[in-house]
Amino acid sequence: MKSMRILAPLLIAVSATAVAEPDGAKVYQKWCAPCHAPGITHAGTHALMAKYAGRKSGVLTEWTDLTPDYVRLMVRTGISVMPHFRKTEISDAELAALAKYLAPRPLEAK
Amino acid sequence: MRLPTGVKPADFNAALAAFTRIVGSEWVFTSDADVDLYRDAYSPLVGEADERFASAAVAPETTGQVQAIVRVANQYRIPIYPISTGKNLGYGGSAPAYSGSVVVDLKRMNRILEVDEANASVLVEPGVSYFDLYNHLRERGSKLWVDCPDPGWGSVIGNAIDRGGGYTMANYRNHFDSHCGMEIVLPNGELLRTGMGGIPNAKTWQQYKSGCGPWLDGMFSQANYGIVTKMGFWMMPEPEAYLRCTVRVPRYRDLIPLVDTLNQLENMRVITGFPDLATPLLGYPPTGQVQVFIEGNATYAMTDAHKALLAKAELGYSPELEAYGISNSIPYWELWVTYYGPLEVIDAQWQATQRHFAKIDGAMFKVVDRLNLPVDVAKIENYHEPEFGVPSLRAFSIGARTPFNPNPSKGHMWFSPIIPRTGEAIFEANRVFSKAAKELGMPLFSTFSMPCCFWERSFIFILATPVTTDPQTNRRYVAGFRKLIEIGGEHGWGEYRTAPVFQKDVMDVYSFNNHALHRLHETLKDAIDPNGILAAGRYDIWPRHLRKGGK
Repeated sequence: MKSMRILAPLLIAVSATAVAEPDGAKVYQKWCAPCHAPGITHAGTHALMAKYAGRKSGVLTEWTDLTPDYVRLMVRTGISVMPHFRKTEISDAELAALAKYLAPRPLEAK
Repeated sequence: MRLPTGVKPADFNAALAAFTRIVGSEWVFTSDADVDLYRDAYSPLVGEADERFASAAVAPETTGQVQAIVRVANQYRIPIYPISTGKNLGYGGSAPAYSGSVVVDLKRMNRILEVDEANASVLVEPGVSYFDLYNHLRERGSKLWVDCPDPGWGSVIGNAIDRGGGYTMANYRNHFDSHCGMEIVLPNGELLRTGMGGIPNAKTWQQYKSGCGPWLDGMFSQANYGIVTKMGFWMMPEPEAYLRCTVRVPRYRDLIPLVDTLNQLENMRVITGFPDLATPLLGYPPTGQVQVFIEGNATYAMTDAHKALLAKAELGYSPELEAYGISNSIPYWELWVTYYGPLEVIDAQWQATQRHFAKIDGAMFKVVDRLNLPVDVAKIENYHEPEFGVPSLRAFSIGARTPFNPNPSKGHMWFSPIIPRTGEAIFEANRVFSKAAKELGMPLFSTFSMPCCFWERSFIFILATPVTTDPQTNRRYVAGFRKLIEIGGEHGWGEYRTAPVFQKDVMDVYSFNNHALHRLHETLKDAIDPNGILAAGRYDIWPRHLRKGGK
C-alpha cells in the first residue's frame, strides 16, 4: 500500500504531462479535416480553392505561410460559414499544438 | 465580467466560486474572450442590442456535477442554459435564449456508455457527436449504422431533443422518435430516468420506450424542464444492400399522384429509405444532391429556349413549358426512392414500386445505384454520405464560397414550416411563400422550391435565409422571417423548430383556444422549475418572474 501511495502522484504527473502536450495532427484530423481535407467534397477546401483560384492550394496542410497567430484567430473567431470553436472543443493547449502543426516554421516562411 | 440581469454581483461571484469547486477552474469561463465563444456563430443579430449573450460558462464532466451546478443555480437564482455540442447552427448555435444565462456546456460529457449489438441500440451522453459515435462503432467492428443529419459534428442527443432528422429509414431518421429512454437532471437537481429506466436495475431501458404511466419524454425536447444527461437510441443494423432509383413523370399535375403514391408505398414499407423530390424541368435538385450540384457548379442542363420558357412560367408552370419538357424528354418531377435490405427483397420492392407508379401516364423508371454493402470508405464520397450512415460536413458547401456561390454568406437561418405531404400543399406553399418572399425582398426562391421528406406524414418546406455581414440586410431578413412565420400560421402551417430569436413568433402560431398550449407550458414550468433557473425563454417558455406582469 505504501508504494502505491508513492506511485499515485507520479501517475497523475505523467497523466498531466500527456494532457499538456496534445498531438496537433490528431486535433487537425478531428476538428479540421472534415472540412479541410483534400477535394471539393470538403467545403473548407472548396471555399479556399474558389478564393485563391489556383494562386495557392485549397488544402491548409499544403500552405507554407500560415502563422500560429492566424490559426488561433481563425479557430476562435471563425470565418464565413465556419463557426468559431469553444475551449471545450479545442482547448488552448490543443490549439497551440494545432497551430504548431499547421504553422511549424512561421518565421522561415516569411 | 458580464452579470445576469437581476443577479447581485456578490451572488454571481459566489455561484462562480461554487461552480469552480465543482468542475475546477479550467472549466469555468468568465473572461469576455472565452464567453464570446458561446455566441451564435450564425446569429442574424450580431452586434445588435437583442443578440443573445452568455454571462459565463461552466463545463461539467459528470451527471453528478450537472446536479451540483443546478443546485448552486437554485441557491443563487442564476439563470443557466444547457448546450450539448453547441453546433445547432441555423437554429441558434450555442447561445442562450435568455441573455445573461450561464451556459452549461455538456461537450465534455462525451461517453458512449453502451453499445448493444443484439438490441441494435446505444446509450450516450450529450457531448457525443455523430462523428464520435460513428468512429466508435467502426473501431469496435460494430454493424450498427448511425442515422445522422447533414452536419456530423452535432450532438446525437442535442439533435434528437431539438427534434432533428436524418436520411435512412423512416423509423431511424426521426431522431426523437428513434430514442428509447432518457436520464434527466431536473431543475431542482434531482435525477430522473424515463421509460423502463424508472425501474432500479432496469433490464429493458433501451428495449421498451414508454414504461408504465404517463410517458413524459416529449416534455424534455424543445423545452426547459430538465437537462438530458443520457439517452438511448435504436440503431439501424447494417443492411445487406442499397438500391436507389428514380421515378420521373412528365406533367405539372403529376406531382399530386406522385406524392400520393409515394406516401402509400412508404407507409406500407415498400419504399424504405429517404425519398427525395426534384424537378429537372424547373432546375431544382433533390435535397440530398444539393451539395453535389454546388460542387459541380451545375444545375440541370438547360437550353436558352428552356430558360426563356422558365422565366415566363408562373409558379413553375406554363402550358408551353410543360409541352417543351414533354417533347424534349425532360421530366417535370423526379422522385428519388431508396431501399435497404437483402437484394432479393429490395429488387422486389422496386418492382412493386414501378407497378404502382405506372398508373401515372408517361412515368419512367431508372436504377441509379444498386450496391452491396458496406460501401468501400474510399468511395463513399461518391454518394450522399448520411444515406449510408456516414457523418460528414459536406453540406457546408451550402453558403460557403464556391464557383457556384462566389459571395459566401455568414451563415443561415432555416425557415422550416411543416406542410401536408401532398402535391397540392407543395403548390400552395410555393404560391404563398414565393409571393411573400418577393414582397419582402428575401432571396428564398429562384424558380420553385421542393420540400424535404424527413418525416413520413408531412413535408418540411425548408428555406435557407442567408445571414450576411450587413446589419441592415440582416434586420430586414429577420423582419421578413417573422412575417413568413405569421403568413404560414394564417395558412395552418407552423415551424417544426427554430432559433431563439424566432421562438416567440413561432410559438404564437400555436394559439388554439387562446394559447392553451403555451399556458400549459408555463404552468408546468412554474411547477417543475419554481425558481425559473433553467433555460428561460427556450421555445418561449418563461418562468413567472420573467413573464410580463409576473403572470
